[in-house]
Amino acid sequence: MADRTFPIEGTLDLTPAHVHEHTWLEVLHEWVTTVDHKKLGIMYVLYGFFFLLVGGAEALAIRVQLAEPNNHFLSPEVYNRFFTMHGTTMVFLVGMTIIFGFANYLVPLMIGARDMAFPRLNAFSFWMTAFGGLMLYYSFLGGSGLYGVGNAPDVGWFAYAPLTARAFSPGNATDYWALALIVTGVGTVGTAINVIATALSMRCKGMTLMRMPLFVWLSVVTSGLTLVTITPLTAAQIMLVIDRYLGGHFFDTQAGGSAVIWMHFFWIFGHPEVYVLVLPAFAIANEIIPVFSRKAIFGYPAMVAASVGIAFVSLGVWAHHMFTIGMTSVSNAFFVLSTMLVGIPTGIKIFNWVATMWGGKIRFATPMLFLTAFVFQFLLAGLTGIMLAVAPWDWQLHNSYFVIAHFHYVLVGAILFAIFGGLYYWFPKATGRMLNETLGKWNFWLFFIGFHVTFDTMHFVGMLGMPRSIYTYEADRGWGHLNLIVSIGAFIQGISVLIFTTNLLWSAFRGKVAGNDPWDAWTLEWAAASPPPVYNFPTEPSVSSRRPLWDLKHPEDPDWKYE
Amino acid sequence: MDREWLRTILRTGTAILFFLLLPAFAFADGPQPVPSIFAPASTPASDIYSLSLFVLAITGGIFVVVGGLLAYVIVRYRDKGDESDKREPAQIYGSTQIELAWTVIPILIVVVLFLTTARMIFAIQDAPKPPDALDVTVVGHQFWWEFRYPKLGIVTANELHVPLSTNKDPLPTYLKLYSADVDHSFWVPQLAGKTDLIPNHPNITWIEPKSTGLYLGQCAQFCGVEHAEMLLRVYVDTPEQFAAWVKNQQQPAVEDPQVAAGRRVFETESCMNCHTIRGTAATGRFGPDLTHLMSRSTIASGAVPNSEANLRQWIKDPDSFKPGCLMPAMQLTNQQLDEVTAYLETLK
Repeated sequence: MADRTFPIEGTLDLTPAHVHEHTWLEVLHEWVTTVDHKKLGIMYVLYGFFFLLVGGAEALAIRVQLAEPNNHFLSPEVYNRFFTMHGTTMVFLVGMTIIFGFANYLVPLMIGARDMAFPRLNAFSFWMTAFGGLMLYYSFLGGSGLYGVGNAPDVGWFAYAPLTARAFSPGNATDYWALALIVTGVGTVGTAINVIATALSMRCKGMTLMRMPLFVWLSVVTSGLTLVTITPLTAAQIMLVIDRYLGGHFFDTQAGGSAVIWMHFFWIFGHPEVYVLVLPAFAIANEIIPVFSRKAIFGYPAMVAASVGIAFVSLGVWAHHMFTIGMTSVSNAFFVLSTMLVGIPTGIKIFNWVATMWGGKIRFATPMLFLTAFVFQFLLAGLTGIMLAVAPWDWQLHNSYFVIAHFHYVLVGAILFAIFGGLYYWFPKATGRMLNETLGKWNFWLFFIGFHVTFDTMHFVGMLGMPRSIYTYEADRGWGHLNLIVSIGAFIQGISVLIFTTNLLWSAFRGKVAGNDPWDAWTLEWAAASPPPVYNFPTEPSVSSRRPLWDLKHPEDPDWKYE
Repeated sequence: MDREWLRTILRTGTAILFFLLLPAFAFADGPQPVPSIFAPASTPASDIYSLSLFVLAITGGIFVVVGGLLAYVIVRYRDKGDESDKREPAQIYGSTQIELAWTVIPILIVVVLFLTTARMIFAIQDAPKPPDALDVTVVGHQFWWEFRYPKLGIVTANELHVPLSTNKDPLPTYLKLYSADVDHSFWVPQLAGKTDLIPNHPNITWIEPKSTGLYLGQCAQFCGVEHAEMLLRVYVDTPEQFAAWVKNQQQPAVEDPQVAAGRRVFETESCMNCHTIRGTAATGRFGPDLTHLMSRSTIASGAVPNSEANLRQWIKDPDSFKPGCLMPAMQLTNQQLDEVTAYLETLK
């Protein structure tokens, strides 16, 4: 053990000369102007959670419409807007913001730093993302331009050209979509640079790269991947805006442009984007599973290598979204192979999580329940991913509800479950209070049941030939009962999310006081107070292993002897 | 009491599971109302089906092993809540041998899956085209299908007719796929996987149906407001039926002096700007060819049956069947509607 003890003793006296009760305006001013990574992290998460409720409400409207054949709950126009906005919202305004919220809040704490490397860039990035989201939703009011009421984008979240050309999408809805993503993209890139700089240059004494918590490792990998993937997306959006306003012909097929080029640009962003979202879920799993199994993570170096490996391989698989566009057989075979290769590092991760649990003493508190379900669902998502990688089978499954089921297994079954687990796990650190366990159990079990009712069934609907993006279907196709089951499951999940919202609000004010280290955990954030003061640590911590708090709690058997 | 309750749950669960699995694994031959990918009736679809069973077996095996391990770990190593035992479990940091094993085994599985898949890709995509194969050109439009038979001189819409292919007399149909506007995708699950119709990017797919009847499908790439009602119907005919159909389609439109008024409406009220009726002045290409409209069993790209009442309503107000479709309501008077419907009803 090094020259330092944990938890870190002492506080800095930063009390201003005349303390007085803050008015709400002062509190608001403080949050708006803050550059504190913790406040920004919390705002990211709350912002993402707000849009989770919005995107969830859109999903429920979609599910009501599809609950029976030839339903008239939503008009075709509104349905198309809702599924476009649901997808765009969940990926850009929910997934990206919540995962960067976690990274913002936790990376400095976990490496013993006082803030991010560039605090003002951090605030700038958050507000860019936030205003990008508002801009997207303003399209509901202003999307049609000057004439009449507005409308939201209705071209699908993938926005395939040339449907986005002015000839096929008049009005301004598509422009709001393109510009909003450019703006949020700037914010995302800013945060990604910040996370990398922080993790590389702000680590406390003794924290070598191979002693960084896996959460930090994965945040760095995610951020690196973000830098590479947001770029083609922004480029594509700029080309789209040029096409729409300056008479460009990038995607204008009537004038020799290419619809296929859009697909390449979109998916070389779109596929790595899935890993940008899922790697943070792995990051959360890498922290929670060991703590609740009471064991060190199994195969730390392999986990680091697998994460970096996934990031690299994920940059070479994008055209598996394009098996049906008529590529040559050799290209198809190439992307089959590269896609299947992702399964190897991913498999290593799943095995390592199971091995971490093996021989442990697993405490099934709510965070661990969510993360156990995460491992199970991610396994299934990976296996359906293998099925989709088999190009000839993909010719059948592509753009069917099977694909919808598969990627919701990743985005909800893996990512959202991990996010819920992470919220239960770190909420005590951020607020000083525990989330309620009873409500947590209800939250988990209802979400688990609702999730499987919805998305397990959805696989079958797809195999029975139902394509995605359709606002209604014929009664004789035999999809009616299954769709009803899918819709029922969606509402069970909706109830569960409401329970979580209640828990969040109630526990923030009335929850059990947590203390600094409620889960008996091992990484540095638990050495700070709950909630941590603005400066996080009064003095710089110093570590000599991957689990500094384990070393403190077990001086007879510290980690640094074995690493 | 409790046990009774449990039994009910189990019984319901089994019933639900059976109900879920039944349609997906219906092995019945020939066309199905439910266009399941597990009821193939044509060569690419049946090859894909056997490949999918192989992949299902491998992934199912992986699921049983890994899922089983996870279940075992959850049950075996959960904290039993023994307050007296405060010790932490033994800390294990990794094991090179074990980690090597679970890296190498997945690599082997990937090799097997990749080779099997690649073989199938080449077999389907690069299959040599027999010289006597039937050629059809498919053009996707918002929101309907145009079918042209270049060698037979036929143009029709939304309902594709192809001949049966038997082992004795194989007769595949090759479809050239074009788009007039945005991306679409041709998907009839029982016949073949889907292939996209992309403007400026012609594609080819083929089918070789092995039993006669009507196969259902629809556009599988979001193409705008009425993407959901861009339905596909493929009739697989016996050689005799197909020859008779071809013969009829090759005729110019029926001329019936009794409905001359309706024809006049068609030719003066701008219907002819978008529609073709061969043998008349109507040569528009923006909408479906109506020369043999009455040989089709549906209108509006499969949205509604082709009855006289539906046809009249469709002409009067297309949005009442397909809100957002591109056919305008021409504000015809009731008399004009009756006349033009009567005229179209003669186009056998």
